[in-house]
Amino acid sequence: MTIRNFVESKDDDGDAKPIGEIKVSIWRGGDHGTLQTFAVPHYESQTVLDVVTWVQHKLDPGLSYRFSCRVGMCGTCAMTVNGQPRWTCRTHVSRVVSNGELEIRPLRNLPVIKDLVVDMAPFFDKWHDGHGYFEPSQPGAQTVARVDGGSPARKHASAAIECIGCAVCYAACDVVAWQSEYLGPAALNRAWTLVNDERDNDRMGHLAAVAVAGGCHGCHSMGSCASHCPNSLNPTASIAGLKREVTKAILKGEL
Amino acid sequence: MSTATATPRRGRLEAWLYILQRLSALVMVPLVVVHLVVIIIAVQNGLSAQEILARTQASSAWPLLYGLFMAAAALHGAIGLRAVARESLPRHRALSDIAALIFVAVVLLLGFRAVAAIA
Repeated sequence: MTIRNFVESKDDDGDAKPIGEIKVSIWRGGDHGTLQTFAVPHYESQTVLDVVTWVQHKLDPGLSYRFSCRVGMCGTCAMTVNGQPRWTCRTHVSRVVSNGELEIRPLRNLPVIKDLVVDMAPFFDKWHDGHGYFEPSQPGAQTVARVDGGSPARKHASAAIECIGCAVCYAACDVVAWQSEYLGPAALNRAWTLVNDERDNDRMGHLAAVAVAGGCHGCHSMGSCASHCPNSLNPTASIAGLKREVTKAILKGEL
Repeated sequence: MSTATATPRRGRLEAWLYILQRLSALVMVPLVVVHLVVIIIAVQNGLSAQEILARTQASSAWPLLYGLFMAAAALHGAIGLRAVARESLPRHRALSDIAALIFVAVVLLLGFRAVAAIA
């Protein structure tokens, strides 16, 4: 049954006039939930996050979802929109609506807590498992490390550093779906930035953490992470870099 | 004092399998080309056991070439099948490893038998 509220949809949002109506199917419940359909007015420049918010404000206050900044900085509003993982705050409805319909589900590959909210713990646990944390070389040092911004290693790190941990790549990755232990594109991308950080004191530790079952060698280079990353990062290239460095370290007897 | 953690020595199997699969691919690339060219040349006058044996027994290079080709293919295929099996049967890791080992053993056995037959 489609839930609608015509009166409020016409009067709301000041002078804005709807340019149509969208049939919006939204995931309700936990891992074994179901889709619920709502009729939502379609406005100019309306984002998918606007749609979800409209449903919660006007039709069902019990709808659960996450968002924070609304401007593509925090990454908390990531959901699956018409089958593709996206930041809903940076996705205009007009760009993704198909035959007047939108299907909004929680991110794939993560446990669903309720409706559009997933449990991000497995995602961030894998950052830790992949040794995705900095190992300082000078505890308490008073000097600032001078890093050559033009060095090849720093260029590699800079190319991968802008990840904000939204898990869009993790949801897009088929290897994560097939292998629950696979660290995933974001954790491996993070490890790659540390491998290339000359201030870090445990390069071999980072390589060892990704050279295990579920590590970088699980990647099939399909590039789904790179094609979906809202920040236009390329985790596939980062993972290829890890494979290369692990291979060199093993052949040199360092790992 | 360094805060670096000790580098664990476990888990190099995946990396070695990755290296072996790439090396076996490097070996196979020129051999596939040789194989295809030989096929095209060999079928020009029809195929017969005599014709094949006459060629392969003329030089020990042929059994060596096919032996290397077969070993590389067995290794390359088994590592790939292991990856497919581990993703298809995530709850049966040991089974995937055993299946890959059986695959490589059977291919090597049959392959060397065939190579011995044309030597």
